[in-house]
Amino acid sequence: MTKPLSKPKRKNPIVRTRLPTVPATTRARYTQGITAAAARGVFALQRCEDCSTIQYPPREACANCLSVRLRWREVDGAGELIARTTIRYGFELYFRERAPWPTGIVKLDCGPNVIVGLHQDCAPPPARVRVIAALDKGGQTILIAIPEKDTPSMEDDPILRETTSDPKFRKVLVTDAKSAVGAAVVEALIGAGADYVWAGVAEPWKVSRHLERIRQLPQVTVVPLDVTEETSVRKLAGNIGGKVDILINTAEYHRVENLAHSQGAETARAEMETNYFGLLRLAQWFGPALRSRAADGQSSATAWVNILSIYALSNFPAHSTFSASKAAAYSLSQSLRAAMQPSGIRVINVFPGPIDDEWNQLLLPPKLAPAALAAAVITALKRGIEDVYPGDVAQEWLARFLDNPKALERELAG
Amino acid sequence: MSATNPTVLTDLLAHLSTGSVCIVDLTQTLSPDFPAIVLPPEVGQCAPIRIEEISRYDGRGPGWYWNNLSFGEHTGTHFDAPIHWITGRDLPNNATDTIAPERFIAPACVIDCTREAAADPDYLMPVEKITAFEQQHGRIPDGAWVLMRTDWSKRTDPVAYQNMDETGQHTPGPGVDAVRFLIEERDVIGFGTETIGTDAGQAAHLRPPYPCHAMMHGSGRYGLQCLTNLDMLPPTGALIVAPPLKIRQGSGSPLRVIALVTATSL
Repeated sequence: MTKPLSKPKRKNPIVRTRLPTVPATTRARYTQGITAAAARGVFALQRCEDCSTIQYPPREACANCLSVRLRWREVDGAGELIARTTIRYGFELYFRERAPWPTGIVKLDCGPNVIVGLHQDCAPPPARVRVIAALDKGGQTILIAIPEKDTPSMEDDPILRETTSDPKFRKVLVTDAKSAVGAAVVEALIGAGADYVWAGVAEPWKVSRHLERIRQLPQVTVVPLDVTEETSVRKLAGNIGGKVDILINTAEYHRVENLAHSQGAETARAEMETNYFGLLRLAQWFGPALRSRAADGQSSATAWVNILSIYALSNFPAHSTFSASKAAAYSLSQSLRAAMQPSGIRVINVFPGPIDDEWNQLLLPPKLAPAALAAAVITALKRGIEDVYPGDVAQEWLARFLDNPKALERELAG
Repeated sequence: MSATNPTVLTDLLAHLSTGSVCIVDLTQTLSPDFPAIVLPPEVGQCAPIRIEEISRYDGRGPGWYWNNLSFGEHTGTHFDAPIHWITGRDLPNNATDTIAPERFIAPACVIDCTREAAADPDYLMPVEKITAFEQQHGRIPDGAWVLMRTDWSKRTDPVAYQNMDETGQHTPGPGVDAVRFLIEERDVIGFGTETIGTDAGQAAHLRPPYPCHAMMHGSGRYGLQCLTNLDMLPPTGALIVAPPLKIRQGSGSPLRVIALVTATSL
């Protein structure tokens, strides 16, 4: 049984902090469909459109009928563990440092045999297991077999921990805790066992009922942070940057500007200052600090979360400038992901549909409750999901976008 | 202009060098840390003060340090021109670039409302406070700044300085009748405060709303706000130097406000 994590001892300050290493980060392009799905928390394999064979590993043609008409389809990970071994030595630094690696072969019910990392709670073969696709520290997919039924503290298994960013016992910075979403994220983090939450507050003279709800919680420390101001970001990074394990950027400026009726650029500029330049400043000042602590023991630095918007994918003209600022932030977040990749810090992008707040008042439901968004963030951290589309609207828009982005553009215009 | 009587300025320089005339800085430091005016979120917002490094003897510019500045016209210690308010929009010479420079130097009367403001953050200075001031210090001369001293600038905590609750801001300012009196009976050049506006925090509820803005600017007068060190000025006798930036059609401007004070009056 998995031994539950306990609160880590304080770090020995005279021992060198271990530098991060990551597994190989390059894979052939035709294999990337598995990662595209795993980034959303989905296990997908290639399915032949002609003979219906589901195959693994990914190939450029069907191993059964040689058809090139292969499509990535979500598959059920149920299967049987048929063999296991333990890899005790790895040539690559990452694997060497973390050996031994329990490894196995699972025969999936949907067809192929797959090589998996083994959760320690899996019974010896033959045993029923579930296979999940997870992103490793290098951002590529590994398959992990977990027990058929949940076991106590199963999330604390070493292999799962390598692919997830559980906030338990971790120290988290929430960049804006005054908003409904920010306060909900703080509450959800504490519910998930976070050790310590820094709650960023800009313009402290503006009273926020959301902040008042959380500021007295024992795990919460209110810190001044205005992402539109470089000195503010720099000062806080100097004070706590070397201690933050997870950064969750909830800072957002949202006004309802429709280009058809809008006047002047100042509102759009203010949105960019927070939504785009704010992320840039945070990345410049907190990014290096997180990277340097990415292998710093049990509670290492592990993740960076951006609350973006589904409007980042395709502009919602009723909220023209907000959409554009989120698209800019999305673009920058991809660059942040590239910058973080050598350290294994996961950059998680969250693309909610309209949130149930004052700036979306005139939109019809369904609207995403701040608490639901916060719960999706926690789930993404715990499961190692990289791209999160919480709620019905986000899911539906994503499906339309993936199917035909031009059609979505036309639909949103109408 | 003739140079027949240069002694006034040489005398002034002599007084400055001996310290018999002192300069008092009435300006808050222009900084992102200084609070910004708060408006309802659905209307256009004043850009906050931002100071972004271009280079600091580093790879971006090895031998020099400099910043890019950005801010709204109404940030920090700042000047309000008549064009700022709709009541003053059609007046001649109503903007920072067209106001005659002679208007930037004027005497000041400082009315001490410290006790009243400490007792009531929503204090509205009435006419009686002005007449009482005049009984003690003489009539306010035409063309003078009237500065309302509240010691509000001593509230260095931005939260206490802004003093907001769910009904908005609670800061002192002039009453409607006092504003009317200063314009119609005393022909002041403008009104100055230590708070974030020349009007009280709750002045939206007065009739007219924001009387100091509406009436002062509507009659071609100016405003100074976010002043500090008013406690270092005598009730009368100080000379205020307050030239705003020459912004084209500027509605206001952050500025350095200084006061010349004779040492004997301190």
